Amino acid sequence: MAYRRPLLRTAYEQDAAMLPTWFQRGAFFLLIFTFCLAALGAPFLSGIPSFFLGGTWINPVTNIFPLGIAALGFLILVGFTGQVSIGHAFFMGVGAYVAVSLGGNGDGWKACVPFHDEVGLLDQAAQCGMGLPMWVWLPMAGIGATLVGILVSPAAVRVRGLYLAIATIGLIFIGLHLGRMLPEYAGDFESGRRWPELQFKWWQEETPLIDMTSDGKWFGLIHLTEEQKQFFFLLGMLLIFGVITKNIARSRTGRALQAIRDRDIAAEVMGVPEFKYKLIGFAISSFYAGIGGALFASYNGRVAPVQWSLLLSVDFIAILLIGGIGTIAGTMLGLVFVELTPEVVKKFTEWLADQLGNGGLTGWVADVLLTQGGDFGPIAVTPAAPGWPMSVFLWNFVIFGVLIVVFMIFEPQGLYGIWLRIRNYWKGWPFSY
Amino acid sequence: MGDTALMDSLLILAQASAATTFIQTLVKGLALGSVYIMMGLGFVIIFKGTQVLNFAAAALSMAGAVFMSILIADGGLPFLPFDNPLAPAEGTTPGIPLWLVNIALALIFAAIVGLIIERLAIRPMIGQPLFAMAVITLGVEIALRPFSIDATALEGRSIGVPWGAESWTLGDALIPKSYIAAIVMALVAGAIVFAFYRSRFGVAMRAVAFDQEAAMAQGINVARVFQIAWALGVALAALAGIAYGMAPFPPGGNVSQEIHPILAFRVLPVIVLGGLDSVIGVLYGGFLIALAEVFAGQYLSQYGSTLGPGYSTIVPYIVMLIVLVVRPFGLFGTPEIRRV
Repeated sequence: MAYRRPLLRTAYEQDAAMLPTWFQRGAFFLLIFTFCLAALGAPFLSGIPSFFLGGTWINPVTNIFPLGIAALGFLILVGFTGQVSIGHAFFMGVGAYVAVSLGGNGDGWKACVPFHDEVGLLDQAAQCGMGLPMWVWLPMAGIGATLVGILVSPAAVRVRGLYLAIATIGLIFIGLHLGRMLPEYAGDFESGRRWPELQFKWWQEETPLIDMTSDGKWFGLIHLTEEQKQFFFLLGMLLIFGVITKNIARSRTGRALQAIRDRDIAAEVMGVPEFKYKLIGFAISSFYAGIGGALFASYNGRVAPVQWSLLLSVDFIAILLIGGIGTIAGTMLGLVFVELTPEVVKKFTEWLADQLGNGGLTGWVADVLLTQGGDFGPIAVTPAAPGWPMSVFLWNFVIFGVLIVVFMIFEPQGLYGIWLRIRNYWKGWPFSY
Repeated sequence: MGDTALMDSLLILAQASAATTFIQTLVKGLALGSVYIMMGLGFVIIFKGTQVLNFAAAALSMAGAVFMSILIADGGLPFLPFDNPLAPAEGTTPGIPLWLVNIALALIFAAIVGLIIERLAIRPMIGQPLFAMAVITLGVEIALRPFSIDATALEGRSIGVPWGAESWTLGDALIPKSYIAAIVMALVAGAIVFAFYRSRFGVAMRAVAFDQEAAMAQGINVARVFQIAWALGVALAALAGIAYGMAPFPPGGNVSQEIHPILAFRVLPVIVLGGLDSVIGVLYGGFLIALAEVFAGQYLSQYGSTLGPGYSTIVPYIVMLIVLVVRPFGLFGTPEIRRV
């Protein structure tokens, strides 16, 4: 075997492999390994994220895993099928509410009948929740979201382009109204209700089989804290869904979806039924969204109906566009970038606030950026009265919006495109191509 | 005998009140439709001229209302450290002419913001796919929204409506002056847009909408057309934001932090119903959606406990979904020509 040319495939299996090159295989497993070690508290590795995100970095990082599952669903719908939807948060909400109806603590099945008060089953503001274990509510969350997805897909499949985007915005607002209208499922509109905890039980026994809400030994092997257990569980879920996504992409279904994305009429001429595969794309993406929404709500413990809003959907668009549309690696890059940037910015301002009196360069920067009363820094340290020095929370929205615009204008290929350019430069080095 | 007379009089009373309710609801619907039409015209002008669906309209219409408030209530100029020379004397309600002049000023400032956005975010993207442009405006919307929320979180952001919440009486029916004003504003805006479409620039804009490259080859300054479309579209969105701030409308004479930011999203069903690129479609869509919303709000209110508070605000989306199933490009939209 002489010089191994990159991208030279001699068999179809190589082309369809999940991680075709040794570099990708190595990088993937090394990344997962490093991640796990960092979560276990390895001295140097866990120092890197805690430098950016602070000592409790494991919480914001765990929080992005369920969002990652939903983002993979969005990738299937937008990246593979080419159907631009802004209603992804709606399906996440559906999954989360199916989960809480089945798994949450509540007043039994009678409370789960819509308008049970008017029907006369229970004449009180009872909450729906049956207390079933996770192996029931998690798959059912996905299935419930899928069914709703199939229900709306006749409208969604007929409509194209921007009209589809607007129609799915309609779903978001209908969903918000349902959240306000059905408090037996959603809880209070502003504060929400408690979601079932992440733990495995066979049925409703006292001690769970796998416990994720307290520190302790796992399987009698390794001592983990609560956060670490949830981290590993959700990372595992994200990996499983990543593998499923990759398998969908390289299967017959995935090729059909991509054919429809590229040229829908040509695909139909070649025997790919457009309606059927658009419906499949919609259903799969809703399933992912449902699972992601259920895990997200369950991890956060308490989610208000207002959180399944337009902004959450825009998050997914930003993840796809900033990461680089159409690839799983790009989606993951975008996920980390979009969801963790606000945390980093928050941490950075906290650090700056500490530097305020210090003098020197950092003190000067802090003095310019921050405001503690009279001066004109744009960032307010204390979230006091609303007014010009805005809080970091609001500045993060500005940064988010500007990032979307900047990436769309200057790097439409996203972070993955930047990586591709770097890679191609070094591949041909010292020649320019 | 006496019973029959009583019944008759009760019946007449019931009929009279039914007619009154109907007239009041109708006027309310027409006024809301006028607001929707102003906003919708802003969307359609930008979409026709530049092929951009302007999601930033939500923040921009709110910005228009905030500018109005700065001009009228604070007596200052937005962004500039000067006093507003046309502001009413402090603590007084402005007269109608002065108020209108200040509206014009606010619209000019909004149009300037529109021009800045066009130059910075839209111009570099000419020729890109529709969706990329729409996402850019979503980014602009998210980036602008904190500023307007921040501005309105301060107490008392009044827009100084001269007639407050007064109304005329027509028979038994109360016709709020603001509703008539909104209708008149929409008529004026519509007339301006129609006159504009017949002017030289309007013809140029229609040519650009039809085929950008061919228009450029004919010597039309496409960049100028983009600027005009954005200035006009943003000004119309701002006008809708100001009109919606008038008293019997939910914000109640103020800039509302809850209602103003989603006004533009409530207009999306209007432009979808009419077709994204149809000016005449906005007129039909605006009145249809607004009347559906207002009449559902009035005549289904007895089921309010079942339908949930504020159910009338999602009536437009339901109408939109039904229309899209039947006509995927709206009632007056141009179907996309699909080629293999």
